[in-house]
Amino acid sequence: MVSLAATPEPMVRRDNWLTRLFDWKPFLVAVCLAPTVGLLIVFLAYPLGLGFWLAFTDAKIGRAGQYIGLDNFVSLSRDPIFWLSVGNTLLYTAVATIGKFLLGLWLALLLNERLPFKSLIRAVVLVPWIVPTVLSAMAFWWIYDPQFSIISYLFKDVLHWRTTNIDFLGTPWAARFSLIAANIWRGIPFVAICLLAGLQTISPSLYEAAMLDGATGWQRFRHVTVPMLMPVLAVVLTFSVIFTFSDFQLVYAITRGGPVNTTHLMATLAFQRGIPGGQLGEGAAIAVAMIPFLVAATLVSYFGLARRKWQQGESND
Amino acid sequence: MTDLALSPPQARTPPLRWINAYRRFVTIYLPLACFVIVLLFPFYWMTVTMLKPNEELYNYKDYNPFLVHSPTLQNVWKLFFETDYPHWLVNTMEIAVAATVLSVAASVLAAYAIQRLRFRGAQWVGLAIYLAYLVPPSILFIPLATIVVKLGLFDSPLALILTYPTFLAPFCTWLLIGYFKSIPFELEECAMIDGATRLQILRKITLPLAVPGLISAGIFAFTLSWNEFIYALAFIQSSENKTVPVAVLTQLVQGDDYQWGALMAGALFGSVPVALFYSFFVDYYVSSLTGAVKE
Repeated sequence: MVSLAATPEPMVRRDNWLTRLFDWKPFLVAVCLAPTVGLLIVFLAYPLGLGFWLAFTDAKIGRAGQYIGLDNFVSLSRDPIFWLSVGNTLLYTAVATIGKFLLGLWLALLLNERLPFKSLIRAVVLVPWIVPTVLSAMAFWWIYDPQFSIISYLFKDVLHWRTTNIDFLGTPWAARFSLIAANIWRGIPFVAICLLAGLQTISPSLYEAAMLDGATGWQRFRHVTVPMLMPVLAVVLTFSVIFTFSDFQLVYAITRGGPVNTTHLMATLAFQRGIPGGQLGEGAAIAVAMIPFLVAATLVSYFGLARRKWQQGESND
Repeated sequence: MTDLALSPPQARTPPLRWINAYRRFVTIYLPLACFVIVLLFPFYWMTVTMLKPNEELYNYKDYNPFLVHSPTLQNVWKLFFETDYPHWLVNTMEIAVAATVLSVAASVLAAYAIQRLRFRGAQWVGLAIYLAYLVPPSILFIPLATIVVKLGLFDSPLALILTYPTFLAPFCTWLLIGYFKSIPFELEECAMIDGATRLQILRKITLPLAVPGLISAGIFAFTLSWNEFIYALAFIQSSENKTVPVAVLTQLVQGDDYQWGALMAGALFGSVPVALFYSFFVDYYVSSLTGAVKE
């Protein structure tokens, strides 16, 4: 190909030959798909498979591993830190997702009202979601400082509700909920803006019809808004669950899994064991252990909610 | 009874309107204000921290911590002239731009093939690419790290430029498929009747019409690669090759003596490029974000 293009042949003939080749559909399809599919195979599908293989080896950094069967999983199943990280991840995902969706839906409903400066507010509200997570996590790290926390200051010196500083990151439970709060803070804008788009597609005539039938505000919300929002909700929920479950940045930036490994999520534990710890095999095993949860969460949140779509007889696109 | 029912509403109109305004204030404006304050407070707090001199930063007794009494640019100065921060900014910018160009170029072709060339199995390729987006980087980084080492790319920006498209390209492809759907197929048919080849159609008809879609794909790809953390943390080791999010966390935080002023300055300035970029294209951003979800 390259040599052909380089040979100084008459313009017209070369064009014809190449043009015809590029106009031949199977060739064009292959050429168009090649970059994306190639990248995805080399850097996504192959690593995914390699990850499964590594999970069954004792690979370390700088040393190819030997196949050791289920040893990694057996040792993990006896590892209390691993089980704690599984519990943390489930708690983190469940509480943060519920929080994000309740608050996000509320914000979306507020933004759906007639408001002055609506597009400005909408743009401003999305800011927490677009700035790098690690950088806003550092702001939370500083907000959660044991000595100079602004929240402690507010409760202690302004409102006089407490006499001591709040130890946000010093004890396991406080640290977990501090992380969840930071995750909710970051997730609200995304949920709100997506649900707002869903709300705007609901035809006002449905609300008028409901009002004529004497539906109260709550009934209109429950029987018009919620069902109409389901398809969007299903997609957003799937995304949110997957990315909250596999979250890494917030925990790594704020607590690094501390105090004493009690706030590790599966992703941060996999990193700690795999990269700085050098136990690639064990890290890969933890990552592989995330997959069943991810698949289950995706299936539940997607099919559980999207079911309505085909029940309503819409085309399955 | 009748005149009672008729006359009081008129007499009650002003208070009723007041009650309505009050209710609207309590149910809409007040919660909305709370949301905006909570969502923006960390940024305000970063700015305030950045501008405070150290003696004020750690003294809540004599100074109100919510305000800055004697603003200083000392922290910013320290960040830009005593650390490698400008260098990290340039690194991040280069990597983000290269990864964005690569993934948008690849995904335009893929989206065109899937949506417009209508080959058999196009649907399945589309679905596979969509599923690829659902594979989170945190389960891929360990095997990817071994691949990166094997390819000799460890600690090189190229490692990030080549791996970022794994999550950028699926997203962009999906977004552009949606966008191509909105371009009438008849336009291409007309061109075909006039004897244009498929490549000419792509270059002269479909691409120019898809420019808004390309812009939104580019914005998304840029912000996503600017924000990426786990690959940059795992694949880059030397300080001079780090990206801003990683460098701020690993290079500026040393020991237990946190320089909060400089740290917050670093966090804030690392957010500025995406925030600026975003503010120029906010409408594209919102519409494509919501459009992609509705697909």
